[in-house]
Parts: sequence; structure tokens; C-alpha cells
Amino acid sequence: MTMSEAPILPRDQSLGDVTDQLARIPLHFPTRRRWLIALSLSMLLLTLFAVSVVVLFTRGVGIWGLNIPVNWAFAIHNYVWWLGIGHAGTLISALLLLMGREWRNSLNRFAETMTLFAVVCAGIYPVLHLGRPWYLYWMFPYPATMGVWPQFRSPLEWDIWAVLTYLTVSVVFWYVGLIPDLGAARDRARRRGWQVFFGVLSLGWRGSAVHWLRWQQAYRLLAALAVPLVVSVHSEVSLLFAAGTIPGWHSMIFPAYFVLGAAFSGFAVVAMIAIVIRSLFALKNLVTDDHLDILGKVLLATGLMTAYGYVFEIFDAFYSGEAHEIQTVHDRIAGAYAWTYWGAIVFNFVFLQLLWWRCARRSPLVLFLVSTSVAIGMWLERYMILVTSLYRDFLVSSWGSYTPTFWDWSIYIGTFGLFMVPFLLIIRLFPVIAISETKEVLHEEQAEASHG
Amino acid sequence: MAEPRAYGLLAEFDTPEALLDAARRAREDGYRDLDAFTPFPVHGLAEVLDIRDTRVLWLGLAGGVFGFALALLMQVGANWSYPLDVGGRPVYALSAFAVIAFELTVLFAALFPAIGMLALNGLPRLNYPVFAASHFHLASRDRFFLCVRAGDARFDPEQTAQYLGRIGARTVELVPA
Repeated sequence: MTMSEAPILPRDQSLGDVTDQLARIPLHFPTRRRWLIALSLSMLLLTLFAVSVVVLFTRGVGIWGLNIPVNWAFAIHNYVWWLGIGHAGTLISALLLLMGREWRNSLNRFAETMTLFAVVCAGIYPVLHLGRPWYLYWMFPYPATMGVWPQFRSPLEWDIWAVLTYLTVSVVFWYVGLIPDLGAARDRARRRGWQVFFGVLSLGWRGSAVHWLRWQQAYRLLAALAVPLVVSVHSEVSLLFAAGTIPGWHSMIFPAYFVLGAAFSGFAVVAMIAIVIRSLFALKNLVTDDHLDILGKVLLATGLMTAYGYVFEIFDAFYSGEAHEIQTVHDRIAGAYAWTYWGAIVFNFVFLQLLWWRCARRSPLVLFLVSTSVAIGMWLERYMILVTSLYRDFLVSSWGSYTPTFWDWSIYIGTFGLFMVPFLLIIRLFPVIAISETKEVLHEEQAEASHG
Repeated sequence: MAEPRAYGLLAEFDTPEALLDAARRAREDGYRDLDAFTPFPVHGLAEVLDIRDTRVLWLGLAGGVFGFALALLMQVGANWSYPLDVGGRPVYALSAFAVIAFELTVLFAALFPAIGMLALNGLPRLNYPVFAASHFHLASRDRFFLCVRAGDARFDPEQTAQYLGRIGARTVELVPA
């Protein structure tokens, strides 16, 4: 380390204790009851999701509130929201690894896990929105009898490649990082079932020096690829909007605006999960108040950058002088859906200002509430971007309005089950914090301390 | 072969620094067929053991080139096979192909080194001789092992074991092949 920093982890813990503490969590699960309650509630939500999807597939997208002109509505709105949340997991894990920010080693595992299932929740939405989802394979180039191919010049086609690549690379990155920890859990396991489970999944990892060398090369390479991938995926998502001519969407700032908003909402959810996990599993020695402090700062920084996007969006509209663009700004600020615009401003940026104070960043309760507010605010922002642009476009004759129906809400609420059930299973079965990487940081800090 | 052949000798150390020190001395004293087992990547260990392997990185480059070529071929080929004229826009629109080209470049640049890393490491593998050592489960906890393999020219079950004890190992164990 070139910069002399205060230690992020308390130095008075041994490498062995940290290993035992982290490997114990799946092997001797501490909070069985609370976990079961959480899993049951999540299963209920997942059931709601399954029922809603069956009804949707039976009756078609007409059960939703979407219409012409508001033909994207909840499906794409929640797709963008979930995908954005996922991006913070990759950024924490990959970007901060490359930059040598060691505090990320306590957070990366569950942040990456969050990414996986947030991307699943996101990816399912365009499929549900297809209307005839059983024709999904039309998106792939296969030798059709009529000789046609997908339209590769359309952002809608780019989307499936971007999301599937992102999902695949996220799974690979997550698993490659997990392999040494699976080996550590295997060596701690006493029961035969766990030994076989971790033994098979760890692929026979033995921590050989040459293996570590190749592992580090692969892991850092994956990280270096994941960072531009995040930027490309959410830029591509923004092109779904910006490549069309709809006022309020057809703007050069969209890629940057979307990527920053995505990171902002994602860091909020990472902070929420970090706070819950460290109190649930008594991990305050590894996810410290310093970690919360840094997460709060990152949240504040990405929030202010997102706010800059808001300012520039309005400037952009007036600078263009285009009547429809300016009308859309009016519709956003004072139209039928002004509550989404002002809701986004308040939930995203007003409560956020608390994070200027160190004591607020270090208070789990305050940080959790601010993060929740950001997640809500970003949800409102995506709603605002979708609906306020679509409900009044160029021709007065094609103006309309949008109200989500019961089935819109039930699928959206159901996706929380789709997110929570696999997430809870993963934190039940796998080390929730990266064991080898945590020990690496701890050892470096102890070595620094002993060398003065 | 009546006598079971040995895999090598496994010497246990308490700290990465002790392991590095011992590995350096073993290299200086002529041992070449060395390996180490550690709970986390130890900085500088590869240099001391003289392990150089950049094939994983080259695989990343190969994957990237492969993905990029595949994406361009796929998109150009589809438009060549069935030209879609949309308002007179170019059929071979490279700027529109760029997104998928980038995504597939990243996809294969990630898959090749990840799979290649496992393949070069000989994983997955169900068992390996060192797992039989009595303390080896600590190699994923807080102990650092130096291994002199039986293939080394200077390897001798007894003398090498004594040597490893002299350079600071807390335990030395013969690992059967």
C-alpha cells in the first residue's frame, strides 16, 4: 500500500479465528429461526410471483395497465431498476479490487450474490413483457425455415446479448472467487454431507502456489472485464430509450445518467444488505462501522452525480429548444405524474444529505433508512422516465395515461421473492464473506503494524 | 514396486514470512521441484519459487479475439444471408454491430481464462496426495506449507526432512504418492 491508512479490520483477530468464524456460518448456521421466517415470507412472495406469471401467460399482457401510448410501463421500469441494483455488486467487487481498495474484501461476496439474483429479476421482465414468451428463441440466430435472422441493428436485440453476457460473467466471477473459500469450508466440515457438498464444489482446490498465481491472473482479468461490462450493459439499456425519438428519452446524456443512477441505487441496496447481514451473523468485527462509513460516502458521491444528471437533463431540454422536449419537462415537473418526479427528488436527494455527517454514516439505522429511501427514489425515477415521456408525446390525439393494475404490482412484489429466496439459500449454504480475501487483508494489516 | 513411492515432504510454517524465507533458502540450497500451499495468495511466493506462467492472460486475449470475430461474423453473416433494408439504412452497419461485438468479446475473454485457469491447474480433481497429510486441512486456515516433491534431484526422505526442520518448519511429514 502506498497510502498509509487506518486499518479497516481490527488487527487483534487471528487468521484462524476468522476462518472458523466465517466457515461456521454455513456449517453451524447461527440464526436458524430468523432465517426460516425470512425464507417463509420470501417463499410466499415467490408463490405470488409464480401465480401472477401463470395468470399472465394464460391471459396475456392485457392484465397489466399498459396501453398505447404507455406500452412499456412496469415491465421495463422494473427491469431497469433491478438491473441497476445489480451493477453495484460488480462495481464493488471488480472496480475496487483493481484499485486496491481493501475494504471491499468484506463486502464483495454478498454484493456479487446480490448482483446475480438482481440480474435474474431484471432479465425475467423483458421475457414476461414479450406477450408470447415461448417465442423467446426468436431472439437468437438459428437457421429458421423462412431464412430470416434477428435484427442485429436494433437495441432490443442488443439487450438480450448484453444481459445474458452480464449474467454469465457475473456467475463466473462469483464462482471463481468462491472456489478457495469452498475449499476452506470443506476442510472445516465435520459432517459427511457437508464434506461431500463442499468437496465437490471446491473442485479439489488445494491452495498450491502455482494455482494461486493462475487464480489471481484469472480473477483480476475477470474484474478488469467486469467493469467496462457494467458500463456497457447499462449504457445499452439506456439506448433502448435514447435510440428512439421520444421526447425525454432522445438524449446524449442517457448512458452516463443511467450508469450513475444504477450504481447509486445498487450501493444503497448493498448498504442495506451489509447492515442486515452483519447484525444477523454477528460480523461486526469484519463488516465494521468504517465499512458503513465508506459505503455512506460512496452513496453520497454517486447520489450527487445522479443529481447532476437531473440538472443537466433539464438544461439539455431547454438548450435543444425543441418544443416537445420542453413540454416533457413541464409534464414531469407539473403534469399528472409530477408526484413521481418530486418523489424521486425527495427520496433520492433530500434524505441523502444526512450522509454529510459522519455520525449518520456510522449509524446502521440512519444509513439503512437513507438507503431504503434511495431504493424507493430510484424506483420512482425509473417510473418517471418511462411514464412521463410516453403518456404525452408528439400528437395530442395519441395522448393517454397509465395506472398500474393489481397484476403489475403482484409481479413486481413477487420479484422480491424471486430475489430473496435464492439469496437466502446462498447465504445459508456458502460463506457469506470472502474468507481468503479477508485473511489476505488482515495479514497485510498485521504485517504493516508489526513493521511499524 | 514393493516400496510405496513418496509424493514428497510437506513442511509446515506459521507465517507467510517464515514460508517465504524457507522457500528462498531451499532454492539457494539447490532444491528445484518445490511447491507451496497457502490459505491465501502470498505476495512474492511465485518469484521465490520461480513460477512463471502467463498462459491464463494469453487465453484471455485469445478469448477476446475469438468473441469479437464471432460477433462480427454472426452479424455480418445474418445481414448478408437476409438483407433487411430498413428505410435505406446500411445493411452492414458496424456502429450498430459494435454493442454485441463488445459483449461477446467480454464474454469469451472471461470464459477462456476462467476455464483455462481450472484446466491448467488440473481441476476439478477429486483427490490429491497432499490431502492425506495430517495437518493439511490447516493449509486453508492459517498454516503455510512448503513441499519438496520426490522428483527433486536432491530429494532424500530422511535428509531432506532434517533439512526442512533446520530451516524452521514446525512439522515435517512424508506424503505418500
